[in-house]
Amino acid sequence: MTTESQRSAAVLDGELLGRLDRRRPGLLVGSLASGALALVFLYCWGYQIANGIGVTGINRPVFWGFYIINFVFWIGISHAGTLISAILRVTKAEWRRPVTRSAEAITLFALAIGGLFPLIHLGRVAIFYYMIPYPNSRMLWPNFRSPLVWDIAAITTYIIGSALYLFLPLIPDAAVMRDRAAAGLKKRFYAVLALGWRGTAQQWHSLEWGIRILAVAIIPVAVSVHTIVSWDFAMTQTPGWKSTIFGPYFVVGAIFSGIAVLMIAMALLRRGLGLGRFLTDRVFNNLGLLFVTMSLIWGYFTFAEHLTVWYSGDLFEKNVHHVLLHGDFAFPFWTMVVVNLVIPVAVLSFPRGRRPLPTALVGCGVLVGMWLERFLIVVPSLSTPRLAYSIGDYMPSWVELGIMIGAIGVFACLYFTFTQLLPIVSVWEMREGWRHGARGEGGATSGAAPNSATAAAPVPGGGAA
Amino acid sequence: MTRWGMAIDLDRCTGCEACVVACAAENNIQTVGEEQAREGRAMHWLRIERYYEGDFPNVRTRFMPVLCQQCGSAPCEPVCPVYATYHNPEGLNAMVYSRCIGTRFCANNCPYTVRVFNWFDAEFPAPLDSQLNPDVSVRPGGVMEKCTFCVQRIVAGKDEAAQEEREVADGDVKTACQQSCPTKAIAFGDLEDPDSEVSRWAESPRAFSLLGDLDTRPGVVYLSGSEWREPAE
Repeated sequence: MTTESQRSAAVLDGELLGRLDRRRPGLLVGSLASGALALVFLYCWGYQIANGIGVTGINRPVFWGFYIINFVFWIGISHAGTLISAILRVTKAEWRRPVTRSAEAITLFALAIGGLFPLIHLGRVAIFYYMIPYPNSRMLWPNFRSPLVWDIAAITTYIIGSALYLFLPLIPDAAVMRDRAAAGLKKRFYAVLALGWRGTAQQWHSLEWGIRILAVAIIPVAVSVHTIVSWDFAMTQTPGWKSTIFGPYFVVGAIFSGIAVLMIAMALLRRGLGLGRFLTDRVFNNLGLLFVTMSLIWGYFTFAEHLTVWYSGDLFEKNVHHVLLHGDFAFPFWTMVVVNLVIPVAVLSFPRGRRPLPTALVGCGVLVGMWLERFLIVVPSLSTPRLAYSIGDYMPSWVELGIMIGAIGVFACLYFTFTQLLPIVSVWEMREGWRHGARGEGGATSGAAPNSATAAAPVPGGGAA
Repeated sequence: MTRWGMAIDLDRCTGCEACVVACAAENNIQTVGEEQAREGRAMHWLRIERYYEGDFPNVRTRFMPVLCQQCGSAPCEPVCPVYATYHNPEGLNAMVYSRCIGTRFCANNCPYTVRVFNWFDAEFPAPLDSQLNPDVSVRPGGVMEKCTFCVQRIVAGKDEAAQEEREVADGDVKTACQQSCPTKAIAFGDLEDPDSEVSRWAESPRAFSLLGDLDTRPGVVYLSGSEWREPAE
């Protein structure tokens, strides 16, 4: 048994790490294409800084536009990783093993981009640091009553937390990469990442405790981040925004769109890197179930939000409600309901729908739907102010569109680079999972899912070895 | 303590917009041009809203000058992350232009939509630059602005009174809009002083606050008592 498990572990390592050594033209093309889009992002932002924020389509009364929509959208996507991975780790779900790394990377990159959007949005980005409590000669603090200052605190905490949370489980894998690399720049790079990892019992003990503590600590941070993003809206007097449901509603929406990205990324990784052995049908089935649950919760929250607004009869709230449900924004609104609720439930309720391709397609729809949701929160409320004389309209400019599309390029570029440099599936965790499974029925450390690792990571047979 | 306030008698307002012009001249407000104005970027600190009542042919237009209401409990103030807009001891919502980083959060939270934003740097091509008011700073691009109750005139009024070693008297400070109103529909002064003109106007049974049920406690009071009158047959 032991020899077999050792041999299989070696095969596993080879399978996963071998992917990194092989050149993949598709990946290269992807990197270049996304790199070009990233340049569009930089050009548009530079153009805006040089010419003034007026190159956007925002106006009075629609003072917030695509930048804030994309800010909320990307912060939402960042909930793919750290939160989902932390919950799966804390509940010791064995099928998490092939998923966590790719999810955590999504978090970090999406968060970096999401955190840029409020800066892009500023009228005078050069002095953005006025929002940060730094020591200054005038003894001025930022205004801690402002949700934007809470935002800065929450997002900074989250970005540091998720960087650590991505990095810690990466250390043993970086050590393996270091040991495999030939002497040179590459080896030095991995050596720095590995932090002198030798795999002693003490090091493993510290690492496991570190991950355990972070996994628990990061969950309230993740929840607070999107709650605070929702408070940018909910703390105001603006009709359609001041709602007590916004906190949990945004958290649910964030996890929902996060899973959507995760489904797409995993389907792509499985196909592109041939990881079918690790990202099995069972993983897609489980994530699909989580996905449809979030869809239903999202639908329930949306219903609850609009029912109370409609029932209240408040004149200004009803004005906003009217343009949403029957007026200028009815088409995006009902599109959102279809792609976020009707299609996911119709497809994912059946086992056949919870396979890689359908889940990824549903995920694409949900991404569109969740973007529309943020659009429908920001624009209709602002374009329907209380004093009817100021009713306005909003049309994004090419700069805003360029930055929005370019941001996707930045994200993809970062993700492709990461996938090329480091194992996108955690090697040591897969090996650990295999060991748990190999110890036999009920022998695993986790009582919850003792045998599932075998299903999650089928061991290559003797012939393959 | 002073609480600067304004009262506007809507029954006297003819909608001539002299106040709008005076305000722009006094406060160095950018003229954005046709194209930008069409995009909803006109920068008036004071606007005349027009509302139409009745059915054709019995239609009447109501005019309503809307400016920053200088709220006592202002929604714009707590949301600014950098204290660029804050409450001064005399009841003004003051703007510190050099602090403003342009989040535009204040404008979103203003129920009256009276805040305007400098989408681009202001341009005053010659000879327009020689008519700039030296008492008022020209705001750079990316900065929020709004009615200040002509704070530079308040400061000047207080300086003058101090030089003459007396208190600021009612009528010492006149805002640009008030000064230019041909029907004298605007009163300005200290709401804490029960004998001031603005206080007496505010006591009128015709007085009301705009969107009063939001409890923003505006420093601007409107007066309106006219009923819809059917035209004589």
